[in-house]
Amino acid sequence: MSYDVAIVGAGPAGMSAAIRLREFGASVVVIDEQPSPGGQIFRGIERNASSPVFPALGKDYQKGQALAAAFRVSGAEYLPSTQVWQIEDGWNLYLTAEGKAQRIAARAVLLANGAQERPVPFAGWTLPGVMTVGAAQILLKSGGMLPEGKVWIAGAGPLPLLYATQLLNLGGRIAGFLDTSTPPRLSALRRLPGAWRDFGGLLKGLRWLRGIKRSGIIVRGFSDLRAEGNEHLEHLTWEMEGKRHRVEADVLLVHEGVVPRIHETLALGCAHHWNDEQGYLAAKVDRWGESSRKSLFVAGDASGIGGWLAATISGEIAALGIAGRLGISSETDRLRKRAHLDRRRKRALALRPFLDAMYPPPRNRLPDDVIACRCEEVTAGAIRAAARNSPADPSAVKAATRCGMGPCQGRQCGYTVQALLAEVHGLPVSEVRFFHIRPPLKPVTLGEIASLEKADRAT
Amino acid sequence: MFKSVREQLGKRSDMIVLVNGVETPAWDGETVASVLLRVPGAGRRSPVSGTPRLPYCQMGVCFECLAIVDGIASTQGCLVPVRPGMRIESQRGPREISR
Ligand SMILES: Cc1cc2nc3c(=O)[nH]c(=O)nc-3n(C[C@H](O)[C@@H](O)[C@H](O)COP(=O)(O)OP(=O)(O)OC[C@H]3O[C@@H](n4cnc5c(N)ncnc54)[C@H](O)[C@@H]3O)c2cc1C
Ligand code: FES
Repeated sequence: MSYDVAIVGAGPAGMSAAIRLREFGASVVVIDEQPSPGGQIFRGIERNASSPVFPALGKDYQKGQALAAAFRVSGAEYLPSTQVWQIEDGWNLYLTAEGKAQRIAARAVLLANGAQERPVPFAGWTLPGVMTVGAAQILLKSGGMLPEGKVWIAGAGPLPLLYATQLLNLGGRIAGFLDTSTPPRLSALRRLPGAWRDFGGLLKGLRWLRGIKRSGIIVRGFSDLRAEGNEHLEHLTWEMEGKRHRVEADVLLVHEGVVPRIHETLALGCAHHWNDEQGYLAAKVDRWGESSRKSLFVAGDASGIGGWLAATISGEIAALGIAGRLGISSETDRLRKRAHLDRRRKRALALRPFLDAMYPPPRNRLPDDVIACRCEEVTAGAIRAAARNSPADPSAVKAATRCGMGPCQGRQCGYTVQALLAEVHGLPVSEVRFFHIRPPLKPVTLGEIASLEKADRAT
Repeated sequence: MFKSVREQLGKRSDMIVLVNGVETPAWDGETVASVLLRVPGAGRRSPVSGTPRLPYCQMGVCFECLAIVDGIASTQGCLVPVRPGMRIESQRGPREISR
């Protein structure tokens, strides 16, 4: 099959881009590994409309209904439950759905593949019972699942507060919140005036915090959190004021912010920039969302974390950029002005500089015994040892330790390896590169390759 | 570890799936990885140390949810919604499944 535009991701950015591009009459295919449209924020939006969890998920979530409905009638072809595992020049996209692979072609590609939670290793993070806050929220939005027993949350950022609020709205309980945020630094406070433009957003955060305080305890100023137990989580311990504290726990949810998904753009050799404040890489894009590679566009959180509203608007901007690039429209500048896209995006990003300064990624020293690579169980100590005997290059660490060779392909350990190499070699993190990422981006089975060859022969 | 809101409201489950041959109630909209959290011992074991693991991210980026689903090995359970009668088996998987 061949299309004008292939969009990876049916979140706010991908859906709004598809709707815009269809208005120009372009043929559009939207591919997403989730079973229904919505992306991370609006996950399960169609099914949940009639669920008891719907009111508890909040107003922002409910706004996804109209977007998903408009996407459904846009005339874009939608391939749910389908993973993109390779993109080739020209462009060819390799997909897998239900164990069968296929190839499609497109004149332009839009990566609207969103973000993932920042992996932050600590002692015991591989123990059953420990998972991310995002994971728990996904369980809530998908099957209406609530955590049971003694539920602890550790971390910082808006998502833990939002999730805790959603949970409390549904009668869930939180035993305690281990707040890893540091007291607001000057850089954050200096940005407060800009943040007032999103006064509602600020108030929301404060309200969430009050709700959590009422429901459980909040612990601040601790270090060396450890999740312990035999076969599954049984208790948590941490260091505070020279003493080791210990509590019972059944579930621990962790979160330290989100970072763009970069495997796709890294594999395609796009230029990236390093966001030092938030400690992540993101593909460089121009004012239309076009990457360093012609007719390859990136929109939404994938090109830098901005939240769902900014993602929606950047999807529209990228749609105009693609229409211009493909010669479908010659009025893209005028359309951009008429829809006030730049003004709307600026407003949507008003709170962001404050949030970024308020919640920097944790920079404490990782103990040697902590597992950094979940797949191959490589500890921080083993990576440090390898780094001391090698150049400041993640490939050398990978070859020496197997770190990054497992199925997640460095999605969980990439930034940790980068940081440890920087630490050992006394370099700024920005000067150490990420793992080399090569397709396939997901483990592909021989059966899938065979199905691809069969389909190729048939055409 | 997790329980459906609807179960707490006294509703019956929407379907039955088979986890390692055992009939297990499941709910519309939930994924294989969500079911793995509820059934003791259903998760995978680390191919390196043999320690137990359970789904960590639920969004396709940690691969801790790999399972055999209706006969297809190395399926990312968090990306697959449950279906009535679905057969889910724990993966005692190979160390490396890519390439
Ligand atoms: C776990 C999690 C929970 C979040 N919850 C909230 C929330 O409740 N409220 C909030 O304001 N923000 C939330 N965010 C922030 C989120 O990033 C939003 O800002 C918003 O969803 C971004 O929109 P987007 O369109 O850029 O990407 P997303 O909404 O993330 O959409 C990207 C889509 O691309 C798909 N995809 C990615 N790679 C591939 C591939 N290779 N093949 C096929 N499909 C692929 C994904 O399945 C996903 O549906 C959350 C983020 C995460 C990671
Ligand atoms: S739970 Fe992380 S990939 Fe499925």
